Amino acid sequence: MNRLQHTFNTLAEKKEKALVGFITAGDPDVETSLKIIRAMCENGMDILEMGVPFSDPSADGPVIQRSSNRALKHQVSLETVMEMIRRIRTFTSIPIIIFSYYNPIIAYGMGKFQPDAVAAGADGVLVVDLPMEESAELTSLWEKKDFSLINLVAPTTPRDRMANIAAASSGFLYLVSKTGVTGSDGLDTSEINTQMEILRSVTNLPVCVGFGISTAEDVATVASMADGVVIGSAFERLIEENLENPELATILGRRTGEYKAATRL
Amino acid sequence: MNPETDTHLKNYDTQKYPDASGHFGVYGGRYVAETLMPALIELEEAYHRFLPDPTFQKALSDLLQNYTGRPTPLFLARRLTESVGGAAIYLKREDLTHTGAHKINNTLGQTLLASFMGKKKVIAETGAGQHGVATATTAALFGMECKVFMGVEDIERQAPNVKRMKLLGAEVVPVDSGTGTLKDAMNEALRYWVAAVRDTFYVIGSVAGPHPYPVMVREFQKIIGQEAKAQILEQAGRLPDLLVACVGGGSNAMGLFYPFINDPDVAMLGAEAAGTGIHTGKHAATLCAGTIGVLHGSKSYLLQDHRGQIQEAHSVSAGLDYPGVGPEHSLFKDIQRVKYIGVTDEEALNAFSALCRLEGIIPALESSHALAAAMIEAKNRPKDEIVLVNLSGRGDKDLGIVSRFL
Repeated sequence: MNRLQHTFNTLAEKKEKALVGFITAGDPDVETSLKIIRAMCENGMDILEMGVPFSDPSADGPVIQRSSNRALKHQVSLETVMEMIRRIRTFTSIPIIIFSYYNPIIAYGMGKFQPDAVAAGADGVLVVDLPMEESAELTSLWEKKDFSLINLVAPTTPRDRMANIAAASSGFLYLVSKTGVTGSDGLDTSEINTQMEILRSVTNLPVCVGFGISTAEDVATVASMADGVVIGSAFERLIEENLENPELATILGRRTGEYKAATRL
Repeated sequence: MNPETDTHLKNYDTQKYPDASGHFGVYGGRYVAETLMPALIELEEAYHRFLPDPTFQKALSDLLQNYTGRPTPLFLARRLTESVGGAAIYLKREDLTHTGAHKINNTLGQTLLASFMGKKKVIAETGAGQHGVATATTAALFGMECKVFMGVEDIERQAPNVKRMKLLGAEVVPVDSGTGTLKDAMNEALRYWVAAVRDTFYVIGSVAGPHPYPVMVREFQKIIGQEAKAQILEQAGRLPDLLVACVGGGSNAMGLFYPFINDPDVAMLGAEAAGTGIHTGKHAATLCAGTIGVLHGSKSYLLQDHRGQIQEAHSVSAGLDYPGVGPEHSLFKDIQRVKYIGVTDEEALNAFSALCRLEGIIPALESSHALAAAMIEAKNRPKDEIVLVNLSGRGDKDLGIVSRFL
């Protein structure tokens, strides 16, 4: 059983939902970023999404754009992310998903990306701008199959397409809660409910919901409907507000604990 | 510049490119966030449904003739030819279209398609402002709400076009992220579109972006080459030896080249912006100096570092200041059907001056790159050869920049 399956099974037994944390790798710098991730792991984060910074993040709102810029100032690359994952593996066994735009992966080397990611200790990848139709050119190169391709489904995705996406996915599905970029405010509960009902009818994969979730109340609401809750911009906003604060990692850890508490039903 | 342009392929299978999912060989495709995929599929279906519709075709050809002023003339530039002292130089006068650039051919087509699809709102990205003005114009014509995303750097260097867009009722949205130029405007337009995708049509201005944009924009721009072909046959009695056009994203070049693509004796030359020189690193010569990657929805040559971060492009001409290029041009480069060269800011400015004084035509700085390449080519060719240049736009918008240099 791989780490993702193990995580979702264990959580189900404990009647908890997964808290999925997104962090732009190397924001504000590599060492601080590792401290932040460690504090989040120690406070109950169940799955880590490591965002690979990109110069042109066209699916992200201003908060993640700025976090990406901060990391790029320190030349953080996919190579850096691989090295960070190796170091994270020394203190945690939670699943780690690489979250990237496609171009840094192409530049890294299509053939060596997945073997290197597996060797570093990653469990899967989510490529924001690689839809189902184009993903075979990447996944067909994977020899070791136990590495998940996490796909997005959106509020605009029709039912048949959801079924096809689910069939091409493994690990879990990421439901985008609203039309918009990351960091958009406000949660549309009825929209999520509708999408979840359709998804449950087409797949048995766990479903994690992200976009627009920022408070512990939001987390509790989404946790009652889905298998996991993804928080990204809210963490990045907290980093941005505390860049000079020596307690930065502790603050992120504390917030992680608050969110995690809200995933316990 | 290297004047050798004699490599060309005999047969380009127009049925094969793009394939059903928008690939031109390894290039093109659809690399976007899932939220946009259903909209692109809807657009592709609408494009295939309405384009052959006689009602659509009649409306489009009527507008192209009576609103845009097509056909645009093909003009033999006698004094320029004489001054260069080689092959005859003909100019395809896209600068004489309504709004002053070829961009309107495409925005009319896309806005008409938007209206057939029942959309009431359009958005666009713009660099030089010509595509923004053209979109604002056709949006006004169809009574649609229009937002144009434009980098803050470009807003400053193309101020007259910002005023035009506002007069035409469009909202100009300043984009200060990244380098504040065309690529950032496109990022921001994509971000806006993700949120507004259910009722908004995105009018992309070049043969770039995700499928079906490259093929759709090619379709709406190919009228340039179709007219030029008929006109040169009428005026000179034969096909040209060389076609020349500037390439930023590549829409005016595609429009001119495509109808000649299977005329093996017609060579083609794309002029990219070499800025202060390709060796200086400050340029926008994507095909000359780039590597393959994915940006703004398609796979193509890009200006990027070895880690896949997109690099800043540099050109005196805002319309060429883009680190990507249309995917079909990448294929044309690889199969050597078109040769692409770099033209520096200085060479373009010299060509700009030459055309003003010798022919009484003020060209856009973008088109001046094509002109510079054509002048060098013509000089090295015998007098009985024909070089046909796409004069893609007029230069009124550039007077502010040009006055700083000349």
